[in-house]
Amino acid sequence: MKEIYLDHAATTFVDPRVKAAMEKYWTEEFGNPGSFHTAGLRALRVMNAARASVAKIMNCASEEVIFTGSGTESINTAIKGVFRASKAKGKHIITTTTEHHAVLETCEYLQKHEGADVTYLPVDNRGQVHPDQLAKAIRPDTVLVTIMYANNEIGTINRIAELAAVAKQNRVLFHTDACQAGGVLDIDVKKLGVDLMTINGSKLYAPKGIGVLFMRRGVQIHPLIHGGGQEFRMRSGTENVPMIVGFATALELATQERAAENARLVLLRDKLVAGILKSVPKTFLNGHPTERLANNANISFMDIEGEALLLYMNEHGICASTGSACTSKSLDPSHVILALGLPYEASHGSIRFTLGKYTTEEDVNKVIEVLPEIVLTLRKISPVNIDMKDVLPQERLQEKVQEVKIK
Amino acid sequence: MSAITLKPVIHPDLQGKKVAAELEEWFYTDIVKDHFFSPRNIFRTQKEIDDYKPDGVGMVGSPACGDMMKMWIKVDKATDTLTECKWQTFGCGSAIASTSMLSVMLSENGGMKLEKALQLKPQDIVKRLVDLPARKFHCSVLGDKALRAAINDYFRKSGQDSRVVVEGAKIIDKILKITDKDIEEAVLEGAVTFEDVQKKTKVGIQDKSCIPEVEQLIRFYREKFFGADK
Repeated sequence: MKEIYLDHAATTFVDPRVKAAMEKYWTEEFGNPGSFHTAGLRALRVMNAARASVAKIMNCASEEVIFTGSGTESINTAIKGVFRASKAKGKHIITTTTEHHAVLETCEYLQKHEGADVTYLPVDNRGQVHPDQLAKAIRPDTVLVTIMYANNEIGTINRIAELAAVAKQNRVLFHTDACQAGGVLDIDVKKLGVDLMTINGSKLYAPKGIGVLFMRRGVQIHPLIHGGGQEFRMRSGTENVPMIVGFATALELATQERAAENARLVLLRDKLVAGILKSVPKTFLNGHPTERLANNANISFMDIEGEALLLYMNEHGICASTGSACTSKSLDPSHVILALGLPYEASHGSIRFTLGKYTTEEDVNKVIEVLPEIVLTLRKISPVNIDMKDVLPQERLQEKVQEVKIK
Repeated sequence: MSAITLKPVIHPDLQGKKVAAELEEWFYTDIVKDHFFSPRNIFRTQKEIDDYKPDGVGMVGSPACGDMMKMWIKVDKATDTLTECKWQTFGCGSAIASTSMLSVMLSENGGMKLEKALQLKPQDIVKRLVDLPARKFHCSVLGDKALRAAINDYFRKSGQDSRVVVEGAKIIDKILKITDKDIEEAVLEGAVTFEDVQKKTKVGIQDKSCIPEVEQLIRFYREKFFGADK
């Protein structure tokens, strides 16, 4: 049975071209970029070229690109780093309710142990944060605003340029978690107007274990890791040359192929969404209908529990995910789905499908083909019968019909 | 140079042992999968439910909590034996598999004496399923609770009110009105230490006098549901 992997938001495979580009730097060219000999110099040159390539794509200087060990590390460095360096100004951080745990848990840690005061901005029922709400939340002691570029669960894209502009007017630093956006959205930091930005390799067909933190020149942080002073003293530790090469290659490929690949994915995504909404009653799309990642379809199925649905799909070789209840270590429903204002009973059956480079139309067709029967099987044994009117407002129910009609 | 290959197997050091959630495989055993994909004694149509003449019906949970279970039972009054057990659920794979197994245990070999049925524990079901990931244990409790509710319903309907077992909640934290049931829930959801339980329930934050009792209850429920800590 062919495995249909529709969980690219969890992680992507390593593009074979990326793997090939890295190959040389494990055993042949293994030098330490900090060494004072030609083997080290060769490594330094390769790393500089990789850094320059990433900087060019992000439209910043090489000195503003810091390589880290993961997206999570970049996020921790940004949030803790800015917070600890800004104590003279204040201890207030602004973020949102739908951030990734890397942001939420870091903020919670600072709240608990370092006296941070954190404001969690709400999102609208599509998952977007509004600039006026950010403006209202900013205080004289606000030291950092951190808002995600695109949501990992529902794919909603935030209008980062508008939000960052609000922060800038108020002279507050702005960090965006762009882990899901790297490679698929424009990450030009000048256009976005951000001071810090996190990108993660394992979401853009580079290996796991490499991340980038863009840090605008002049931004002061306390680094998390101290030592030999690598990465402009912001992240000590011998540079991971093969991974850095892999990251730069992957980002370059993604940027080159972005327009065509996004166009292809949007068609497949919309086909998947329309197909499911049409063939399975009592379903709806979570997130923004248009301002969403090209590869993300997050769909709620009423009356059944998401994990049971995943198990059935797994039997058909379909790998998807649920942000809800039982698969995660917590039994609570997804904080993102709840933040959209859906009632609790509608928050346990959401499934996230995230498409990727190798996803084909046949894959999408297979999902549309097997899902109705799976859902029916589970609904038959469910004593629950939720009225859609209690879940979605009238206009969303109407809209659902229209969404299906397009195809 | 020869290559060394790591095979994806359960490491012998981890087999049959309680391990950290990060090490634990989420995957279900063949028996669990069998019961999940082919649940026994389950109602699939409204007609089956309408035509059924149950002696007791029990329902616990709610879709808002993420799981809900409804159970119908038949009882042979003369022998005080539960003879049939039917059910439906809105729940995850573990809830489906464990309730299916529970329904089999109750109705096999001509049924089960009510007295014995009331003594069934979630870990008896888990034992028959061979195993369930520890963090999915919570899900197996649902069927057990629905069964108790159904048996109570039978007692009431058959005029045996004195036999109804009410699991009365006792207030532990007098300021926040937190009961032993709240603590039981927290333990089932995976809380191990007093701090875990406090994080979930806020118990003992204001009413500090209840802390020793809470600690005792945590030990009691952990032993009840997960066996003694080794």
